[in-house]
Amino acid sequence: MKLYLRIWRQPSVAHTGEMVNYVLEDVSPDMSFLEMLDVLNERLTLDGEDPIAFDHDCREGICGMCSLSIDGRAHGPERATTACQLHMRHYSDGDTITIEPWRARAFPVVKDLVVDRSGFDDIIAAGGYISAPTGAAPDAHATPVPKADAENAFENAACIGCGACVSACPNGSAMLFTAAKVTHLNSLPQGQAEKQTRVLDMVDAMDDAGFGGCTLTGECATACPKGIPLESISTMNREYLKASLKRL
Amino acid sequence: MALDTRGKRPDSTTSPKRAARKRTAGPVALWRSTIGKKVIMATTGLFMIGFLAAHMVGNIKVFSGAEAFNSYSQWLRTLGEPILPPSAFLWIMRIALVVAVVAHIVSAVQLTRRNTQGQPKVRAKKRLGGTYVAFTMRSGGVILTLFVIWHILDFTTLTVNANALPGHPYENLVATFSSWYGNVIYLVALAAVGFHLWHGIWAAAQTLGVGTTRRNRAIRGFATLAAVGIAGGFALVPLAVMMGVVS
Repeated sequence: MKLYLRIWRQPSVAHTGEMVNYVLEDVSPDMSFLEMLDVLNERLTLDGEDPIAFDHDCREGICGMCSLSIDGRAHGPERATTACQLHMRHYSDGDTITIEPWRARAFPVVKDLVVDRSGFDDIIAAGGYISAPTGAAPDAHATPVPKADAENAFENAACIGCGACVSACPNGSAMLFTAAKVTHLNSLPQGQAEKQTRVLDMVDAMDDAGFGGCTLTGECATACPKGIPLESISTMNREYLKASLKRL
Repeated sequence: MALDTRGKRPDSTTSPKRAARKRTAGPVALWRSTIGKKVIMATTGLFMIGFLAAHMVGNIKVFSGAEAFNSYSQWLRTLGEPILPPSAFLWIMRIALVVAVVAHIVSAVQLTRRNTQGQPKVRAKKRLGGTYVAFTMRSGGVILTLFVIWHILDFTTLTVNANALPGHPYENLVATFSSWYGNVIYLVALAAVGFHLWHGIWAAAQTLGVGTTRRNRAIRGFATLAAVGIAGGFALVPLAVMMGVVS
């Protein structure tokens, strides 16, 4: 099939970007979205042009590297699907597709479709871990975890940190990301020791990294390719409030 | 080609030591964080909703006739006597409400600035999952602020009231709702109140951490009930004057 592509091109952080039109022929419906971009890049390389920079790694929907806003939706039209798992069979001949990078104040564009997501690293560094003594792995049944807690932790641990929530949010807020990490770790027994400092420090880091605040419009949870529930935000708020009150 | 990938962001400001130092206690820390500001908005909002509910129930007294309504207004002025001086209860409420309104608006303005300044937008952005009402919170808040000013000029200071008889709230009320613009102003404001409460109650529950998967349906239901109940209860009065039930 033949596709009309409108793609954001920006040489570097210092430059302003613009939308550039491309026409791509002979796109197979079996291609993934990123393979379609590969084909375009090969042509651009052969033509002596600068290929389009975009983030990608595993291409199986688990690494969180892809960061494409496709027709204004983070990761494209399919629900709970990353851009790399989106296939061209969802498009038809003659379609126009607009491809942009994530857009948020805290995610500056590095080049073309690549954004700098180190704000997320700062949040994780502030408390997205547990401190455990090293040594032999403990027995699996040494620390019992109630079934409901395990389910809740798993659901939130599914977050791949792609940043779709920030891009979908009208305020560029990282609340869903931070909430997923806080809910994941704070609901497990291993996370109890640092329960309070974790949520306080991660929220601090989130604010410092320039993300916006939450207005609970719920667009993040709709855009999330891993289905992190909006309720996690309420859970993080509860943890934050409890930790703050303890410190009064 | 080497890329400058760290061009715009400063180096990470987060380290365990710095975090521990920053972890100062109390209201200041709460005021600094985005979640803390939302908590302030939620608690002041809930206080104002409590006031609105009481105000609405008081307004319904208009259906008991002029004498009952005017004596209710007089009762509010003598409430708490002889322990409190005359009108003390009213002034305590007024001061508490002003504090709540100011804290609510200051937090809202600061958060809005933070959320919108320098925020690039996806050009072809599709709005997903959000409700329309959630997007009217800021504009609705401005409408409500203007309305509260008009409302005080109309019924408290009686500056813009056509009747303007101090101590006769019933007659002043009928005068306001006998004009077309009085009805328009109040009904538009009530629609804004309903919208603001519907999202506000739900958002306050999430901000205060009350929302869970199991409770959220009930919270939505309660928000709908409270928004329709309060806005509808207030709307009964101008509608009754319009239809001649109250005159």
